[in-house]
Amino acid sequence: MKSILSVLVENRAGVLSRIAGLFARRGFNIDSLAVGATDDPSVSRMTIIVDGDERTMEQVFKQLNKQIDVIKVKTLEASASTRRELALIKVNITNQTRSQIIDVAKIMKADIVDLSHTTLTIEIADRPERVDLLLSLLASYGIVELVRTGMVAMQKGSEAIAIAVAKPD
Amino acid sequence: MVECLRQEGVTITFGYPGATIAPFFDALSRSAGIRNILTRTEQGAGHSASGYARIQGRPGVCIATSGPGATNLFTALATAYSDSIPLVAITGQVATYQLGRDVFQEVDTTGAAEAFTKYSYLVKSVQDIPRVFKEAFHIASTGRQGPVLIDMPMDIQKQEMDFAYPQGVSIRGYKPTFNGHPMQVRKVAGAIGAAKRPLICSGGGVFSAHAEAQVRQLAEDCSIPVVSTMMGIGVLPPGHPLFYGMVGQSGIAVANRALMESDLLILVGARVGDRAVLSPEHLESNATVVHIDIDAAEIGKNLGTTIPLVGDAAQVLTQLIQKKPRGDWADWVAELDVQKAEVRAKRLARRPKSENTIEPNAFVRLLCANLPEGTIYVADVGQNQIWSAKNFSAHGRFMTTGGMGTMGYSIPAAIGAKLCAPDKTVVAVCGDGSFQMSMNELATMRQHGAPIKVIVVRNGVLGMVREIQHAAYGGQESAIDLSGSPDFGMIAAAYGMAHSCIHSIEGAEGALAEMLKNEDAYLLECVVDPREVTA
Repeated sequence: MKSILSVLVENRAGVLSRIAGLFARRGFNIDSLAVGATDDPSVSRMTIIVDGDERTMEQVFKQLNKQIDVIKVKTLEASASTRRELALIKVNITNQTRSQIIDVAKIMKADIVDLSHTTLTIEIADRPERVDLLLSLLASYGIVELVRTGMVAMQKGSEAIAIAVAKPD
Repeated sequence: MVECLRQEGVTITFGYPGATIAPFFDALSRSAGIRNILTRTEQGAGHSASGYARIQGRPGVCIATSGPGATNLFTALATAYSDSIPLVAITGQVATYQLGRDVFQEVDTTGAAEAFTKYSYLVKSVQDIPRVFKEAFHIASTGRQGPVLIDMPMDIQKQEMDFAYPQGVSIRGYKPTFNGHPMQVRKVAGAIGAAKRPLICSGGGVFSAHAEAQVRQLAEDCSIPVVSTMMGIGVLPPGHPLFYGMVGQSGIAVANRALMESDLLILVGARVGDRAVLSPEHLESNATVVHIDIDAAEIGKNLGTTIPLVGDAAQVLTQLIQKKPRGDWADWVAELDVQKAEVRAKRLARRPKSENTIEPNAFVRLLCANLPEGTIYVADVGQNQIWSAKNFSAHGRFMTTGGMGTMGYSIPAAIGAKLCAPDKTVVAVCGDGSFQMSMNELATMRQHGAPIKVIVVRNGVLGMVREIQHAAYGGQESAIDLSGSPDFGMIAAAYGMAHSCIHSIEGAEGALAEMLKNEDAYLLECVVDPREVTA
């Protein structure tokens, strides 16, 4: 079972290592991890896709919460979230295949971002399963290079993951 | 840094100097009010700080230099982490402009210690020092306690600043739960009312929360039997009619049976380690499990829990006691009493395996019977630890490393405890293996006036490993022979300690009396047959 965790963390040195170390140490399986700044420069947001049963997920959730640098953890439901992943795909072309590949990209709402005599680079920003679909459609042409960012997600609607204002003890 | 320690009320540190921590030691020596105990290894400093912290109830402070100083300290940090003992460890580090260049005595201390520290800091600005120290003491001593590491580059130590110590801390990602959720407390009270065979299992967390009185009151108010993990030994006073002993792989049979047969298990500050609870699956399907712990992540980690209850053990139990849960399970208690008497009779009937040796269980009982009230008993690791744990019956505090099982813990921890409580009798009980891992710390004891009683249960082998080899490797003995060990009487003399060696339980009486009459340090050697087992 795959779960999407959205984790707000302190934006400081060593935090990524702590989180990555926690997953490695306790044998939790990360499918992908994407991290970047938020509107608050002191806070980073990680989107972590974890594979595990209910009991494992409970532990992942608790262990993340236990981390002092973790401010908030939320599990996002796939159906109630906007999910996106960006991929750059460099694919082989010939005079015969070029237009076919461009058609595939168009249908998949992907952009052609670079071109050479022998290759073409496609950019897609979409749900991970759509990225997978595009990859399978391109596989027979020969994929030269592929890079994916890992998924980011945000819950739909007006609700947001808010940080409680800390009061000194 | 020194002023921060003073602000935290620190009067004793356990530290070993070196180049990158020299600025701190220089400042320490120029200010009054804090006494540094120079240990003989950094590991000894960490264990001593642990022994000190467990008696003091506030974080112990240990200090080491960078590189090998820090790595030597790691075993003590991992031990404290596993046993949830509050420490603040300060390590020197190479200058900030040299970090990452593999200069002399540089290791990535915070990176390497990440897995066994509750939190760590690499301080890169002098302005951060007061906040970091304030937070470190707060984090180490609240919630689930543990070691916090402050790595201090040398150039930062030498800088100047206008000092102001913060009044409080504000860490938005750290808010330990203190009060138990009222609804969960009500559920637990209801579960007690519905139980036929309830049982309380107390762990080391009871000591961390100072909840011994609450455990006792809950047990006595409701007549609920109590067992403990190794870290929870001594929560109920010895001989308490409702105490049935230690559970686990090396536990007391009646305690393990009580655990298996209970229909309501109330775990208090016990993390359900694999050595303590042997078949969590059985409990999950046969008992209602109530788990009271300050660390939510421990609940449900190793054992499926019916009623989780996060909070401070003393607070949660007080809330629970106020609900006045009651029930009638006199049959259950009577049944356990019969088993308890049988198990006890069996243990009492044991005789030594050979002439001129001592039956270790009988020895620990005799020792405990002679120890004055308030004694601090530190058990090391190995067979001696199990014999101590099973037979501990002194009116005092029992301490050991149940989680990490670090050999050589007892002597430095006992020294730390003695420095915290100079008026109390402090006994370190170890084997001849563990003694030789820490006997260098006897110099620390001498230098700093911390006279402890050291008891070496000597059998000439690594007895616990021998037991494993006989149980699981067909009796093929490998690397357990301790031939070449020194004459412990001469070691005692070298450190100026009185010494005696006992070969019989009859001889033990007199030797114990002499040891306890002696106000100074003492080394008592107790000869045990290598074939004695802990089962």
